Amino acid sequence: GLFVWRLRNTGVRQIPYRFVHLYHIANDRLITFQYFNFLKRMYVTQYNKDLSQRAKPKSDSIVSPFHELQQLDHEKKVVHKISPVSPVHQLWSETSNGNELREVKSATEIEDSVVPVGAESKEDGQWKEMKLRLDDLPGILARLSKIKLTALVVSTASAGFAMAPVPFELTCFLLASLGTGLASCAANSINQFFEVPFDSNMNRTKNRPLVRGQISPLLAVCFAAACGVPGIALLTLGVNPLTGALGAFNIFLYTCCYTPLKRMSIANTWVGAVVGAIPPIMGWTAATGSLDAGALLLGGILYSWQFPHFNALSWGLREDYSRGGYCMMSVTHPGLCRRVALRHCLALIGLSTVAPVLDITTWTFPVISLPINLYISYLGFRFYRDADRSSSRKLFFCSLWHLPMLLLVMFTCKKSVLEKEDKGDLPGRSRERAMEIRLP
Amino acid sequence: PPAHSRSDWIGPPDKHSNLRPVVFYVPPEESALERRLREARQEAQASNQRFWARHNRAFRQEKEEFIYSRLKAKGLEMRDESGQKATLNAEEMADFYKDFLSKNFKKHLQYNRDWYKRNFRITFLMGQVALVRALRWLRRRKKNVEQ
Repeated sequence: GLFVWRLRNTGVRQIPYRFVHLYHIANDRLITFQYFNFLKRMYVTQYNKDLSQRAKPKSDSIVSPFHELQQLDHEKKVVHKISPVSPVHQLWSETSNGNELREVKSATEIEDSVVPVGAESKEDGQWKEMKLRLDDLPGILARLSKIKLTALVVSTASAGFAMAPVPFELTCFLLASLGTGLASCAANSINQFFEVPFDSNMNRTKNRPLVRGQISPLLAVCFAAACGVPGIALLTLGVNPLTGALGAFNIFLYTCCYTPLKRMSIANTWVGAVVGAIPPIMGWTAATGSLDAGALLLGGILYSWQFPHFNALSWGLREDYSRGGYCMMSVTHPGLCRRVALRHCLALIGLSTVAPVLDITTWTFPVISLPINLYISYLGFRFYRDADRSSSRKLFFCSLWHLPMLLLVMFTCKKSVLEKEDKGDLPGRSRERAMEIRLP
Repeated sequence: PPAHSRSDWIGPPDKHSNLRPVVFYVPPEESALERRLREARQEAQASNQRFWARHNRAFRQEKEEFIYSRLKAKGLEMRDESGQKATLNAEEMADFYKDFLSKNFKKHLQYNRDWYKRNFRITFLMGQVALVRALRWLRRRKKNVEQ
């Protein structure tokens, strides 16, 4: 038991170090391929954990979910099958959104009683003292704030920052990332604070800190305030008021609109998609200080991406959602669920074509991204037509690598600031900065 | 939980409600405020337990009935030759899930309202208790420093 706790703690600390290290690399050559690989790996571990929770084997709904983003405990579990991961809410919404993936078997009903293997079940069966231990606190707070999902949210915000057609400023980038990360931690903590009895009843979420009594609700709220207030202040004062306002609005949208709406109407999915779309917009406004068409396009791409991602994920979680009282399209309007997923896969193709029109990328972007967009649309069509577990899983897994790849391709096709400079758009001082953004 | 302990203890998830029961420690010098907090938490725990135990039991029962009726319609038995329980696949169960969710919709709305109210009240009381304790501690420290 002690060994597991140790590993758990060290694991959590490793991630921020790795992340900081990668940001250093990023400074030299902005976002590199390694960075995206890291994201993919994080996606994978995140999902693997969720997967190993059940024999069957998401994240939560949205983006967040995606959520989900679960804990390190599960890494030790033996069950592993897959590869991809989810979100966030992904980003935020995703995060909240489903992050699990279930092993598809026709006899799903029998497996209700399967319990996660490993240290978790042993600890589960014992009575624990409700006393906060300080050395457990970092791990607990990491889980409370859904740190991995937060990291994904921050990376989409960084993508927004990187795509903005201005010279790269390191301090602004770091402040925006930190502010966004803190805001995301706050939102996720409040979400967990609201959902304790529901989380207890769903397999994916039953090991959260508040559910297990590792932390009191008061502390969760204080932590959320301690992250949210400095986070938004940092964005408003250290970056610009527009980004701060967007951050505050997103926290509000996620905690006060999306979370209660999950139990009232299927409209929650659309709200959650907006929650996931805002971080890249925040990244863009942090860099440029204004809401351009480019910001809205990036937001639009993330908005559309949420639907195939979440709808495919939620297809396998229908039992838990039904019992838990969550109003999700996959349960109440299955036809709509699949139609919307397909519709937005196709929208991604359209949005990718609009990018060069708005001068954000060159015309190579729609060309290069067409294969991956067509592939996800094909899987979306299969999901629409077949409406079964295997097609939903395929679509879900595809969405996991589709987004990082799309953003990476978008970045490599970014319209060079130098080209604009030659036309006399930028002041000469930024010439050396502009050199940094020179694409490979 | 051991008798000498001075803190609350939380146990494994309940079989029916999936909620973890808490045994609350009653300190001998409990103030009125602390008592209000403890009672609010106990009441919320009992109410949650009642709701979810009943709800989950209803779910399991209705699910069994649904599976039984569908199997009968198909002309199958509940258990096949090897003694394994026969089941329906996810697509067939989807009708049941949709139905169950809409049947319990109003119940969930009511429960949500109750839960949010209780949660806010308990957290607010916790804040008050923490504040009072902090002030008491500060006052004691000041007295020690003066002595």
